[in-house]
Amino acid sequence: MSYFIQQLLNALQLGSIYALIALGYTMVYGVLGLINFAHGDIFMAGAFFGFFIAVMLKLSLIPTLLLAMFLAAVLGIAIERVAYRPLRKAPRMSLIITALGVSLFLENFTRATLGGQQRSFPKLLNVQEFALGGATVTNLQILIIVVSLVLMLLLRYVVQKTMIGKAMRAVSDNKEVLALMGISLDTVVMATFGIGSALAATAGILVGMAYPVIDPYMGIAVGWKAFIAAVLGGIGLIDGALVGGLILGFVEIFAAALLPSTYRDGIAFAILIIVLLLKPTGLLGRPVVKKV
Amino acid sequence: MKKGILALSLISALIVTGCSSGSSAGKTAGEIKVGLSAPLTGDISQIGQSSKNAAELAVEEVTKAGGIKVGDKKLPVKLIVGDDENKPESAANVFQKLINQDKVLGIIGPPTSKCANAGAPIADGAQTVMISSWATNVNVTKGKSYVFRACFIDPFQGKVNAAFAANTLKAKKAAVLYDVASDYNKGLAEVFRDEFKKAGGEVVAFESYQTKDTDFKSQLTKIKAAGPDVVFLPNYYNEVALQLQQAKQLGLNAKFLGGDAWDSPDLFKLTGNDLLEGTYFSNHYATDADVPELQDFIKKYKTKYNNVPDATAALTYDAIRIFFQGVEKAGSTDKKAIRDAVAATKGFKGVTGSISYAGSGDPVKSAVMIQITGGKYKYAGTVNP
Repeated sequence: MSYFIQQLLNALQLGSIYALIALGYTMVYGVLGLINFAHGDIFMAGAFFGFFIAVMLKLSLIPTLLLAMFLAAVLGIAIERVAYRPLRKAPRMSLIITALGVSLFLENFTRATLGGQQRSFPKLLNVQEFALGGATVTNLQILIIVVSLVLMLLLRYVVQKTMIGKAMRAVSDNKEVLALMGISLDTVVMATFGIGSALAATAGILVGMAYPVIDPYMGIAVGWKAFIAAVLGGIGLIDGALVGGLILGFVEIFAAALLPSTYRDGIAFAILIIVLLLKPTGLLGRPVVKKV
Repeated sequence: MKKGILALSLISALIVTGCSSGSSAGKTAGEIKVGLSAPLTGDISQIGQSSKNAAELAVEEVTKAGGIKVGDKKLPVKLIVGDDENKPESAANVFQKLINQDKVLGIIGPPTSKCANAGAPIADGAQTVMISSWATNVNVTKGKSYVFRACFIDPFQGKVNAAFAANTLKAKKAAVLYDVASDYNKGLAEVFRDEFKKAGGEVVAFESYQTKDTDFKSQLTKIKAAGPDVVFLPNYYNEVALQLQQAKQLGLNAKFLGGDAWDSPDLFKLTGNDLLEGTYFSNHYATDADVPELQDFIKKYKTKYNNVPDATAALTYDAIRIFFQGVEKAGSTDKKAIRDAVAATKGFKGVTGSISYAGSGDPVKSAVMIQITGGKYKYAGTVNP
């Protein structure tokens, strides 16, 4: 039983991180219909922002987190302004290629300026272990799960209740009528990239604390998995990112727990393919109705 | 294509004539030329510098003794150093130059497996003895009668750790967590599993992951549930850092063991001294082992270069001295005779342990186990094959 609880905690930790990053993919897709492949690298940049803020300015956890979120938001908005906005009317394929280019640029620019070696992420939290019915839980684990859930609820509130949230949903619904309603598309897109990137930076710092070896390529694998989580839950839906992230975390952890660990990723992705075959729009996605 | 061959032969003709007109090259030269291929520049130039230092130290000693006794006279030794930049194509060029232009009788190095793999076929084809210092990849010597090495091969470390766990630590139950996508890790893990079972132990968990994974908690939880006495982590230092941290967070209490991929100053930076306290790993040598040859070498090296020799330096020193012994035993400067003498090396007292060859270029030699304590390496024992 304690073994099961332990694996459940492991899965919650991993799933929360996937969900947090998946939110960025899902928001940009929901608003612009763009798969922002550079999102995993903004996550990496967020981790490095956190690293330098904590090491050079010697700030504690909360200020580090807030400052890194702000910097990542600026980076996200800048990327949109420079790389995506000029192509907004271009074919979808051009945008996707540009996103891949931005992703490679961020990785290689970071490697070129900071070097490719691994760095040890500073200890922003004194990790303590607690016994929980035979299983062990750490304060860091609780922090990751709580921060992810709180941010997700906050985002849900913003999208549902605030003006900018309503504008986002409006953009998602129909771009053409938008201007008639007096909503600036650019403002909405900026807000989307800013919020998504700030969430990615949060994930970057949480990952930096949980797995304190960071390098310029750390965003690739995690980015892909978070993207898959977003698609699994239903891309474009905030609840979908949460559901997708948690399910991916659970499947990965329990595939390794119950079966030989060599099959971990193989089984995790086989399940994803099966889900998508049965429900192509994701678990929470509604079937797409083509308007004629 | 034809043009290329013509140009090549012209160049080599030029090189040959240029060389023979300069000094009296070849067998009758009255000196023993030995080449060294090492990465003097590039990403691991430190390794190259250590190799060069150690080789020069060995040559200096031989020169002081009046040279190497070949037959009834003593011949001086000349060391020719080539920079392989830790790039296979540069290593190939260095080998071509050393063999065809400098006419060396043997080549020491290259220290890295990828360069050794590039140089080995050239040396073997030209029937020139090559003794690599540090290249542990299995393929370097495979099927090549002129290629040797001074270090043990990768899978041997699995055996060393299994023997150490079973005999010295008296462990009954062992668990393994390894990177299934990397040959080095996989080789060590599988050999450890088989050898630990042979030694009467039980392997209670054999878990894997993929390169670049950062979350090992599922596997480590499984390992914890199996209750092992020792956990073998034959992985690179950056992953070991995460594995030790997560093991602690899960409350996994066992002794941790690893291979020579742990041996990096970054291991301490990434992991932290308290988590490494009391862990063990296998290595080529330990600077504080109580071996007279080794302590003597460290003293000489320190006096000359003002720093402690690393594993590559020690292995290069052994490699070049095996070659010198081979020349002396062969009693001639015939390359075939030298090869046969090197292949017949038995119980050579090296600074990294006793070295013998038994039918292949891979030595039968011992490895040491190192314990980390107080942020430092401490000799914990020698394991013989």
